Amino acid sequence: MKTIKLAPATWGTIGGIALLAVLLFAVAPAALDAFRLGQLAKYLCWAIAAVGIGLAWGRGGMLVLGQGLYFGLGAYAMAFHLKLEQAGPDGVPDFMKLYAGGVMPAWWEPFRSGAFTIAVIAIVPALVAGIIGYAVLKRRVKGAYFAILSQALAAAFAILLIGQIKSTGGSNGLNNFTTFFGYNLYLPENKVMIYQITAAVLIVALVIVAVLYRSRYGELLVAARDAEERVRFLGHDPANIKLVAYVVAAFLAGLGGAMFVPVVGIITPSNVDALASIALLAGVALGGRAALFGPVVGAIAIGYAQSALSENFPGSWSYFQGALFIIVILLLPGGLASLFARMRRTPAHTQVQLKQEEVPA
Amino acid sequence: MTSTEHDEAAPGRLTVRGLTVEFDGFRAIDGVDLMLLPGQLHFLIGPNGAGKTTLVDAVTGLVKAQGTATYEGHDLLTTKSHRIVRLGVGRTFQTATVFEELSVLQNLDIAGGVHRSAWRMILPRGAAPTYVEEALEAIGLADLRDRPAGSLAHGQKQWLEIGMLLVQDAKVMLLDEPVAGMSAEEREETGALLRRIGGERTIVVIEHDMDFVREYADWVTVMHAGKVLTAGSVAQVQADEQVQEVYLGRTADAVLHEDDTAAAAEGSEI
Amino acid sequence: MREGAAHPRYSLRPCKELDVDVVLSQVFTGISIGSVLLLAALGLMLTFGQMGVINMAHGEFMMAGAYTAYMVQRGFPDEISLLVSIPIGFVVGGLMGLLLEAVVIRWMYHRPLDTLLVTFGVGLVLQQLARDIFGAPAKQVRSPSWLHGQVDVFGYQWPISRLFITAMAILAVVGVAATMRYTSLGRRIRATVQNRDLAETVGISTRAADRATFFIGSGLAGVAGVLVTLVGSTGPNLGQSYIIDVFLVVVAGGIGQIKGTVIAAFGLGIIDSFLSHATSGSVAKALIFVLIVLFLQARPEGLFAVRTRSLV
Repeated sequence: MKTIKLAPATWGTIGGIALLAVLLFAVAPAALDAFRLGQLAKYLCWAIAAVGIGLAWGRGGMLVLGQGLYFGLGAYAMAFHLKLEQAGPDGVPDFMKLYAGGVMPAWWEPFRSGAFTIAVIAIVPALVAGIIGYAVLKRRVKGAYFAILSQALAAAFAILLIGQIKSTGGSNGLNNFTTFFGYNLYLPENKVMIYQITAAVLIVALVIVAVLYRSRYGELLVAARDAEERVRFLGHDPANIKLVAYVVAAFLAGLGGAMFVPVVGIITPSNVDALASIALLAGVALGGRAALFGPVVGAIAIGYAQSALSENFPGSWSYFQGALFIIVILLLPGGLASLFARMRRTPAHTQVQLKQEEVPA
Repeated sequence: MTSTEHDEAAPGRLTVRGLTVEFDGFRAIDGVDLMLLPGQLHFLIGPNGAGKTTLVDAVTGLVKAQGTATYEGHDLLTTKSHRIVRLGVGRTFQTATVFEELSVLQNLDIAGGVHRSAWRMILPRGAAPTYVEEALEAIGLADLRDRPAGSLAHGQKQWLEIGMLLVQDAKVMLLDEPVAGMSAEEREETGALLRRIGGERTIVVIEHDMDFVREYADWVTVMHAGKVLTAGSVAQVQADEQVQEVYLGRTADAVLHEDDTAAAAEGSEI
Repeated sequence: MREGAAHPRYSLRPCKELDVDVVLSQVFTGISIGSVLLLAALGLMLTFGQMGVINMAHGEFMMAGAYTAYMVQRGFPDEISLLVSIPIGFVVGGLMGLLLEAVVIRWMYHRPLDTLLVTFGVGLVLQQLARDIFGAPAKQVRSPSWLHGQVDVFGYQWPISRLFITAMAILAVVGVAATMRYTSLGRRIRATVQNRDLAETVGISTRAADRATFFIGSGLAGVAGVLVTLVGSTGPNLGQSYIIDVFLVVVAGGIGQIKGTVIAAFGLGIIDSFLSHATSGSVAKALIFVLIVLFLQARPEGLFAVRTRSLV
């Protein structure tokens, strides 16, 4: 038995994650004021979801236009808990007094428990993705069909949230949280702690996805993207391979959404609808959909650009975002990562290209 | 031996009976019977459009078919492609499809997925299992183990694909024109490779190159217009009048005894 | 057609009990919703179905049609402005489509999924343009007096403007079907769809066929936009509020299938109408999605499957 050597890219991956950890845990808290650090935390939440999109879209070829659904499931679960924390034992969330005559639906009750909430955040997005993904992928729904269905999913979810005002706060969403698992949300040191938790979640997300990318599974996923039939004749069902990526992506989106709530202090349907979902893809496309760090870099860059432009030139953000989609996808489909790879003159190890001339369908 | 002759559940036994494939009313395969015995090198020949590839497609779950096709008693026609592979029936396509940016070794390794649990699929690779090393030796690419598969010569890619079937532990190998486009030496090596790995396996080769067929076939099945015209040893098939009639303008004799040099130059397509 | 968007769903809802009147009124409402969907979906069916291009800016072409109607009204009396707007809306939508095809889409025929994101970007830019030019508040287009009032159908009072939309939708279907079937342009488009290489070898300019398809498909979006001004107001988000529903119609109908698109549009409209009646609008929306996923379980290729250019 001879070992297969770790490719040089593996050391690059480990080094990259370490560098990012140093930047997030040491440099950023020292360099940024409280407000900017909070903003960065928000971008990191998007980045967590973006890492999953990179896996599903970049490597798996599934154009996931509805990740807002999973982001929202995580976010609303967290928001339910925080509202109940604020309401106190046996208390009813303030907005229900306004919209629902102070009556709380029974299914809200378990969210008083922090452990239950965390379990929901960890399980429900993945479970929902598992069911939907199984139904859709097993029937070989793919390409444009998959994209449109996933987008409709997010749209339907947002509409449902708006309609169920008595339990979700409707289009105003849920806000006005005071504590996060007992920690006062207004204290600066607690804000830093929440930022650190978010950064830690992102690092964990990157490690999970990096391991997947370096595994045989990761190779099969790319193979399933480029040549489904060939994978079938390696003895694998491509639907199962894609399903794993879809579920992991949903899980990560749920985590990002859950952290979004204490970080930003509000969650509304417009944070999770079809538009918000597709906006998540902008960063992934910019950074490089198939590259490990591409989605993270892209999501942070987009988040920063959005804040900067909206602050200085209101209205210009739509043009910028639109132009970004057009220019990046049209001219630089590999994103910034492909520029980087070209500069280093090394083959981007992000693409396990499969030569496929003719495989009978 | 005779007792297992008709036992469809016998190890390695692939049986096809009355297989019919229809595309919009057109019968691409029309009632084909095949019995493939382990340890033999079967060749499937016939003019273009005879239904050779469609037959392989039907047996491997790529197209819907009527009739029966069983492997060790398992019904192949109702089994999904990837399950058929896991039963032990593997195939290649007319054009080699290998993972270009992975090394030769990694290509072989990834084909071993059928032996792995799902959990081990997501762990980073450690060492190459022994069966991968063995396959590497068998296909003669040991010296090129760390080369990206994309840099291999055409013939070497075909061997790599056969190696991937070895790693998959395919008991039945259905090879669609493996020597097409190969040089004379490469063909020879491929033939030797097929002989070497034949052993207890059933190998079915779709082929146009008659020299290759003559040299290596234990059993030849001739297809024409979706039907089996005849089957037998090379000599038997050559003597068959029907076979001669099928190739209009040229007698079967001429086809099967073409001048060796001309055949090598033209790749002698029927 | 999202709730809370600039385009509130029109609904005729006399009472909650399920009697014949209610059923009939829901069917009519459904047909009315379906007609709008059909008009918009027909153009999308051409570009998405026939060419495999996923044009997310299709909704913004509708928006352009609606603003066209708004602009035309400033120069023409109310009585005829709608009729003038229809052909102008067609040309406006069509030209926008041609431009999009020439500048962006023609480079991306080999990357159909990526066109979705690029055209989404185009849609964002167009929305913001509309916001900057016309302002964010919705504009009202006055309908001509001959569309005011109601007619009696099966004892049910039916707004004439709705019947007009349904009539126009049917006219558009017949027009597209006839164009594809009987004209040489239609034959060239179909030939290009079925076998691009072969079409080229027999002297068909596939580039011209692509452009023609895009012109017609986008033009139909413009017409749809003109007509939806009859049932709602015109704002920058008009396109966004329709695009997902319209795509679902095309997906459910089957790629490139006029027949399927018609059935899917009316079917979806009627189901939507009944579900909205039985539940709240938001639950109906979620249920429709579940229904479509279930439907695609049974028929992954839509109502009528046909072999066209693969959609990756």
